[in-house]
Amino acid sequence: MTGFKIVKREDLPKNREWIIRTLAILFSVICAGLVIWILGFNPFNVFSSMITGALGTEIRLQQTILKAIPLIVTSLGILVAFKMKFWNIGGEGQIIMGALAAAYVALNVEGLPKPLMLLLMAAAAMIAGGIWAFIPAFFKAKMGVNETIFTLMLNYIAIKFVTYLQYGPWKSPESQGFPKVAPFPANAVLPKLFGIHIGWVIALLLIILIHIFINHTKKGFEITVVGESKETARYAGMNISSIIIVAMLLSGGLCGLTGMIQASAVEKTLAASLSGGYGFTAIITTWLAQLNAIAVLFVCIAFAVLLQGGAYIQISMQIPAAVADMMQGIILFFVLGSEFFLQYRIKMTKGNTKNREVA
Amino acid sequence: MEPVKAIEMKGICKAFGSVKANEDVDLSVFNGEVHALLGENGAGKSTLVNILSGIYRQDSGTVAVYGEEVRFTSPKDPISMGIGMIHQHFKLVDVMTAKQNIALGKGKGLFSRSRRLSDEIRAISDQYGLDVAPDKKVYNMSVGEKQTLEIIKVLKRGARILILDEPTAVLTPQEIRRLFQIIRNMRDNGCAVIIITHKLSEVMEISDRITVLRKGRTIGTVKTSAVQVPALIEMMVGKKVDLAILKENTGDQKNAILEVDNLHVVNSDHKSALTGISFTLHAGEILGIAGVAGSGQKEICETIAGLTRAEKGRIFFEGENIIGKTPRDIIRLGIRMGFIPEDRLGMGLIGSMDIVHNLILKDYQNQPGVFLRRKPCEAKAKSIVERLDIQTPGINYPVKKLSGGNIQKVLLGREIDSDPKVLITAYPVRGLDIGASYKIYDLLNEQKKRGAGVLFIGEDLDVLMDLCDRVMVFCMGKITGIVNPDEVTKEQIGLLMTDGKEGLAHDRI
Repeated sequence: MTGFKIVKREDLPKNREWIIRTLAILFSVICAGLVIWILGFNPFNVFSSMITGALGTEIRLQQTILKAIPLIVTSLGILVAFKMKFWNIGGEGQIIMGALAAAYVALNVEGLPKPLMLLLMAAAAMIAGGIWAFIPAFFKAKMGVNETIFTLMLNYIAIKFVTYLQYGPWKSPESQGFPKVAPFPANAVLPKLFGIHIGWVIALLLIILIHIFINHTKKGFEITVVGESKETARYAGMNISSIIIVAMLLSGGLCGLTGMIQASAVEKTLAASLSGGYGFTAIITTWLAQLNAIAVLFVCIAFAVLLQGGAYIQISMQIPAAVADMMQGIILFFVLGSEFFLQYRIKMTKGNTKNREVA
Repeated sequence: MEPVKAIEMKGICKAFGSVKANEDVDLSVFNGEVHALLGENGAGKSTLVNILSGIYRQDSGTVAVYGEEVRFTSPKDPISMGIGMIHQHFKLVDVMTAKQNIALGKGKGLFSRSRRLSDEIRAISDQYGLDVAPDKKVYNMSVGEKQTLEIIKVLKRGARILILDEPTAVLTPQEIRRLFQIIRNMRDNGCAVIIITHKLSEVMEISDRITVLRKGRTIGTVKTSAVQVPALIEMMVGKKVDLAILKENTGDQKNAILEVDNLHVVNSDHKSALTGISFTLHAGEILGIAGVAGSGQKEICETIAGLTRAEKGRIFFEGENIIGKTPRDIIRLGIRMGFIPEDRLGMGLIGSMDIVHNLILKDYQNQPGVFLRRKPCEAKAKSIVERLDIQTPGINYPVKKLSGGNIQKVLLGREIDSDPKVLITAYPVRGLDIGASYKIYDLLNEQKKRGAGVLFIGEDLDVLMDLCDRVMVFCMGKITGIVNPDEVTKEQIGLLMTDGKEGLAHDRI
């Protein structure tokens, strides 16, 4: 009789770790290719056009970067919360609330010079996103309310509220009956640098800032300690409630900033759909980046390629949108699944001794 | 009765990852014998009995019960073969009566036959000299009673081979004596008893034969009557160990350094955890705290360290009342107090961080600016590693990957680095091997010599009496006595642990 059992691995050398990860990506590509082939397409064509669709021309490359920007900024926000083991699933809502606040400023404040206007919008967005994260943080810190459900539920409140505004009080009279909020004035739109709005500069700067914040400041250290062990934090004299609240204000503030960037530079108005699922996708990218701010950059760009490539094959090859989603799912499945093989190995055993069934 | 080999384990190997917990281990136990399994922490005792009780499966090797080779596939199999395990942590349902607990998981039918069960329990109790009230609820029972109930439960399932995992750890000396009587009765009834413990005096008292394990291997099996304690230690540790703890008299410079006055503390369940605690800790002494687990030891430590709020009372540190001060205040005010909590990795240290970051934990609050300074702590880490002889690949190595003794040295090293005037230590040698334990005792003595007042919470009465200048006994959150260990016996301290009333100490646990 042969069997197998699962054995916990000891420390794996770094290169073996990367071999396993690379294999996982390879397998996911093969598996996705198989699915595409079953659907009647040539997988090689599909993959190559995904790559060219995401990186082939300058415009496509710009589109990819446009998708990477919100993903990076949101991921950094999620990272701060996850470092503390505060499961902030409310990125979507925080993005929307940030966009809402930015839109309020853009549509109601008049006569400000552009830089001042943008700064005011960004500040309003960060405060609004921060408040949206502060609510669950407060209840978690003071009463131990489960943050996962709380942040998730707040997403729907935010989205439905903006939908209401869009269809109701904020509906633009000039939109000919369409449920649209008025477009932002020109001084409320982010400027461009090298053909792409300056959100990319903001994203790069934030990566460095968050990296320094988490690894080299006292607050960052406190957040990490609270995440590792609340008891040790208490023992070391940390004020846990205030740390949770500060970290969540920052986390929500970064997500809110994403909302401002999307509203100001991409949509140029407020729309309930502008969060585009980034709040959820960012959870995956943050996790894949293993809560490392520098790694967030690369993971988010890879994900943006996937998103943009998927969008491209829809148009160019008439492949249904669901296929692109499915490929994302397959890749995630393999990459996250490989974590198991990083932790454990499977050992084949041979039953050589006499087997006696008891009872 | 003719001795029959109840258990015969041969060549047992079991590995967890690359750690070989058992390597070629042999164990044979006869009927009508009490067999002690002796070894330091991590020697593989628990792994071996867990294989025997069907919780783990061995990688290789054979197990024979009454001469018949068996291969357990679930914990149910050993039970049906008459093997019963009594775990260190009882597996009882608190809100049920003794009888209901015994009936649990047994009944085939829909209704329990209460009357017959009572009779059966009485029969077993009479046979082995056990004593438990069938209709008493478990939450009303003392630890000793709960243990008795566990034993009855196992016997009721027809066990003839009993395994007791560290059964004396939570008992008072009086309760231990009663347990040993029960074990002897079982032996005389022809049962085989395997008892795991690391307390040598108990091994010598109760066992017939001893198997010593070291680093996952069998070192040997000896007859208890033919062996002396030093030889056993040598088998356990692999070298000769001087077991004397040095107690130096630091003279009569009795400066009070910490005074606790009429302290009252309520725990999280709003039950009173400490009532009217008053004592004085002097400079240059080690004050021990003895007591059954859960008598208020944790609360007194955490209250002095500022982690738990007191209802009432005062704590004077060098004449200044520090009650109500948080750990943050204590660090910021520069009050020189060190605290080694019971749960090292859960409270004192961050396991995934390296030694440097764990040192920063206590320092960073007094660093200026918003940035974390690693540099000064790196130098400190190096000197602590060197001074306490910590075995680590480097100061940037995560502490949870170190051995228990080295983890404790990191914690102790950090706490004594600031030359504390008061050092609070809760079970500082728990889980450490003999060598590491003695290193810790030496370090505590060093602190005492330096003039620090050390509060030592211990569980082994022998150690408490050897190490401490005075021993304070806690029972149900009250001080029942402060004694000079040179003037009292272990039994007298045991009586204080239960406040003179047997079994009472556990009523609130």
